[in-house]
Amino acid sequence: MSALGELSRLRRESTSRGPVTARGKADERASWVFLAPWIAGLLAVTIVPMVASLWLSFTDYNLLQAPGWIGLDNYQRLFDDPRLQNALWVTFRYVIVSVPLQLALSLGLAVLLNQGMRGLALYRSAFYLPSLLGGSVAIAVLWRQMFGHDGLVNQVLGFAGIEGRGWISDPSTALGTIMTLNVWTFGAPMIIFLAGLRQIPDMYYEAASVDGASRLRRFRSITLPLLTPIIFFNLVLQVIGAFQAFTDAFVISGGDGGPSDSTMFYSLYLYQQGFKNFDMGYAAAMAWLLLALVAVFTAINFAVSKYWVFYDD
Amino acid sequence: MTERSTRRVAVRAGKHVLLIAIAVVMLYPLLWMVVSSLRPDEQIFSRAGLLLTDVDLSNYQDGWDALGQPFSRYVLNSLLVAVGCIVGNLVSCSMAAYAFARLEFRRRRLFFAIMLLTIMLPIHVIIVPQYIVFSQLELTNTFVPLVLPKLLATDAFFVFLMVQFIRGLPRDLDEAARIDGAGHARIFLRIILPLMTPALATTAIFTFIWTWNDFFSQLIYLTDPSVYTVPVALRSFVDSASSSSWGSMFAMSVVSLLPVFVVFLLGQRYLVRGIATTGIK
Repeated sequence: MSALGELSRLRRESTSRGPVTARGKADERASWVFLAPWIAGLLAVTIVPMVASLWLSFTDYNLLQAPGWIGLDNYQRLFDDPRLQNALWVTFRYVIVSVPLQLALSLGLAVLLNQGMRGLALYRSAFYLPSLLGGSVAIAVLWRQMFGHDGLVNQVLGFAGIEGRGWISDPSTALGTIMTLNVWTFGAPMIIFLAGLRQIPDMYYEAASVDGASRLRRFRSITLPLLTPIIFFNLVLQVIGAFQAFTDAFVISGGDGGPSDSTMFYSLYLYQQGFKNFDMGYAAAMAWLLLALVAVFTAINFAVSKYWVFYDD
Repeated sequence: MTERSTRRVAVRAGKHVLLIAIAVVMLYPLLWMVVSSLRPDEQIFSRAGLLLTDVDLSNYQDGWDALGQPFSRYVLNSLLVAVGCIVGNLVSCSMAAYAFARLEFRRRRLFFAIMLLTIMLPIHVIIVPQYIVFSQLELTNTFVPLVLPKLLATDAFFVFLMVQFIRGLPRDLDEAARIDGAGHARIFLRIILPLMTPALATTAIFTFIWTWNDFFSQLIYLTDPSVYTVPVALRSFVDSASSSSWGSMFAMSVVSLLPVFVVFLLGQRYLVRGIATTGIK
């Protein structure tokens, strides 16, 4: 199934190695050829840069002078930097609010669509399209207009006699507009849920009907448990993605994370430190903190999954 | 009609009403942006409806030439990057996938696990040194930093997607070819590759959309307006434009969304199948 399922399967399986045969040798040789680009990429594009950025995080480097070793100073700075803590808090709220909303919406609609609704393909397309367009600068431009003081949202509210406000220029609502954009892209997880729903055997529902289980009961006792691996998979991926959110905040705030740092996402702050101030050492330290946070959150997700994710096999 | 079936019809109708309402709320902003891009500027902030009294293309003309270069330049740049990335991903990921799916070699499970883990790696931990290296080689403001990693199978989810696909192909085909004396190169090129066109199509389509929309790395590597891609150009438009040019900004936004929309219409089948099997976004 999914990449995560695959990983946990790999972990569960025991190592077994067959005898070395002539064919095994031919495979061995061929594998080096077929894997050459991937191995080169893993080394040159992933591992070496990772090690380099770890080293850089202990230095002071601005691209002009050679990097100078400053030990843990960058990490000390992380703890003393109020803007960084604010960026963490902004990103954290974004993850905690928008990911569950997005997943609830996508799950609810997938379940609704899966009840043999006519026009399924049409609805699915309509809901899926925004998630393909969502990450783009163009949609962020649209959002910037819509939630502006004279934007579309306030015009519509005006019809209802509600006085709107400058959603983007108000620090208390600016982050909310970016959360709505993320929720708007619920179509991709919805399609994953739909695929999962289709794999639940009908006989489970038939058996439950015979036993007189109500609709709600069937949902709670069959659909939901059998979908938990997919909910978990979507949760992990969306959390990892949301931690790295950048484009929407950048375009909507005009690049500065404003007003008053209310949309200063972690990625945006990292971009400013690394690629505007060319404070490469500090940016590298920030990147490693991000990796650590994503890893911790994913580990927590995996640990907690034991209590709610149900594996059929 | 019995009371029960009347109720059932009502419930079903209610569901459709709900679904249509959600679809309208979701798609309305998009339609409104398209309509607004065809309206004179002063109407954008006063008309929330979709009724278009007369079509005004001046926003498109203004937007096209609003930046230093004609917008076609940015479209061309974006296309070049996208084509490079597509070719890179198709070649490198299919090779890696063949090895993972069909070859027996030492540490296969370890490598496979590493490959899956890199799917989840945030780009931030590698972008800083990457940028330093590319800027030292004076390759910033070229497309090399954007395309080169794709030639090296760094988009691991496509490797995974293709592995899944190849695993679903009957092994008898390879075995028969092996007995006829075919080597791996031949099996890969003559048998596996032609059979995996659906997976290749999914990869090409997703690579196109993601590259077309990608902003972070293009913003970092492309700072000279002559190499701007569509997203970077749009963003500089937002920066430089006063609030009076929303119309042309919308027009260019529509232009930038159009290719993705067309690809969505043509390739929906592959997109849906792709995310359903691998769970990629």
